[in-house]
Amino acid sequence: MKKTVISVVGKDKVGIIYNVCKYLAGNQINILDIAQTIVSDWFNMIMIVNIQDSEKDFATIADELKQIGEEIGVNITLQQEEIFDMMHRL
Amino acid sequence: MININEVMETNAMIHEENLDVRTITMGISLLDCISDDLKTTCDKVYEKITTSAKDLVKVGKELEMEYGIPIVNKRISVTPIAIVGSACCKSSTDYVEIAKTLDEAAKTCKVNFIGGYSALVSKGMTPYDEMLIKSIPEALNVTEYVCSSVNVGSTKTGINMDAVKLVGEIVKKSAELTADRDCIGPAKFVVFCNAPDDNPFMAGAFHGVTEADRIINVGVSGPGVVKRALEAVRGENFEVLCETIKKTAFKVTRVGQLVAKEASKRLGVPFGIIDLSLAPTPAVGDSVGEILEEIGLEYAGAPGTTAALALLNDQVKKGGVMASSYVGGLSGAFIPVSEDQRMIDAASCGALTLEKLEAMTCVCSVGLDMIAIPGDTKATTISGIIADEMAIGMVNQKTTAVRVIPAVGKKAGEVLNFGGLLGYAPIMKVNEYSCDAFINRGGRIPAPIHSFKN
Repeated sequence: MKKTVISVVGKDKVGIIYNVCKYLAGNQINILDIAQTIVSDWFNMIMIVNIQDSEKDFATIADELKQIGEEIGVNITLQQEEIFDMMHRL
Repeated sequence: MININEVMETNAMIHEENLDVRTITMGISLLDCISDDLKTTCDKVYEKITTSAKDLVKVGKELEMEYGIPIVNKRISVTPIAIVGSACCKSSTDYVEIAKTLDEAAKTCKVNFIGGYSALVSKGMTPYDEMLIKSIPEALNVTEYVCSSVNVGSTKTGINMDAVKLVGEIVKKSAELTADRDCIGPAKFVVFCNAPDDNPFMAGAFHGVTEADRIINVGVSGPGVVKRALEAVRGENFEVLCETIKKTAFKVTRVGQLVAKEASKRLGVPFGIIDLSLAPTPAVGDSVGEILEEIGLEYAGAPGTTAALALLNDQVKKGGVMASSYVGGLSGAFIPVSEDQRMIDAASCGALTLEKLEAMTCVCSVGLDMIAIPGDTKATTISGIIADEMAIGMVNQKTTAVRVIPAVGKKAGEVLNFGGLLGYAPIMKVNEYSCDAFINRGGRIPAPIHSFKN
């Protein structure tokens, strides 16, 4: 299973997690882990997900999440987990 | 599993500190394109490059998207063209035809640069090498993407002073031919001592004859990341300083390793090396000069600069070597004046001189890089500057290079502006005393002794 990391950063408000999760559920993307923190009113969340069962490919999911982010006023990015693994794990 | 702080740290490096993969360079051997007919050679060269590298830019963009890290340049390096054209080129004009073919191939593949319009003449020049060298000014004048280099010396062979004399004239002529375009010609031309076969950085990249048919080499960067890490250890001793640089270099290089392995897999081309270099850009916060200031200097060029650069270079290598399975190329800190905002500032205010830069090149990667000099500098003086730098490389068993740009019609203190990644350069003062008699002697300087080291 190839893990993918969703990062959400932006001003905190109602419904951020709801909107992201609604999209993931609707596209057969399973959430493996969620961590969230608020640093001086800035909402930071990472989700580790599995996109393998989704009918959509990486690029499409990345685009659509970015668009959702724009609609609710946060920045959403999708990255393969390997970049973090390589940098922080031996 | 990865935690939130690690994700935030990586993304801060990318978004706030300009961490990027500076280049994915595909090396392509053109030895199988050699023929005794110019048109046939050009056709084969075009075909081989455009077939081999057709997916290079596409894969680069995919990796950028999937890992969320910018890959600034996608480039191609080829077998030194002096060799490729040796059987079919009867004149310098014939070599220029091959340069045009390289340019077309680069356009078709949509890469940023193609390197390898080169000759390796550290001991002697064949008539073909000489024809190629003499064609360089015109080749750089009529092409957009082609980069050129000449290796004029090595620790094993000494310095070919006939070639040094010739390339001094070539640098000058190239500047004159491109005077209407801010003398861009010599910005795409490097003179080397101990040139590596697998360097992914321009303008000096070529695909050495010891390499495989095709190879992927990756250059990482990240001066901004090192600078930010050092901000957290202000006032600490050298042990802490060095450990911080080392750990940061490790992280930066791991990203390069990931991108290189993945690019190699997707393109079906073997992974060659990672070049561990701190390569600055004119962007604020992406500067080696800033790191030197953070280490404790008012400006790059102040007393202590050579020592600071020596430790920086060494720690980058120590951290990077463990992060990658193969390290090669130039690997160190680059100090191109025009491409580094704080180096530009240091040169403009007089803190950094040509002589200090020369001393700095003894302990770091490459050499006198992207330095604008007065347009009326004599060809023999340029050859003298090149000879000095080559001697440093030869004696210290390291790669050194010279990329100076005579600013036609301009004097010391004025500014030459190239734009883009090449930036702008304050024109630096050159020692005006003559070395004519030295350069005009001809012949070569013998290889140095490898014992009795002092």
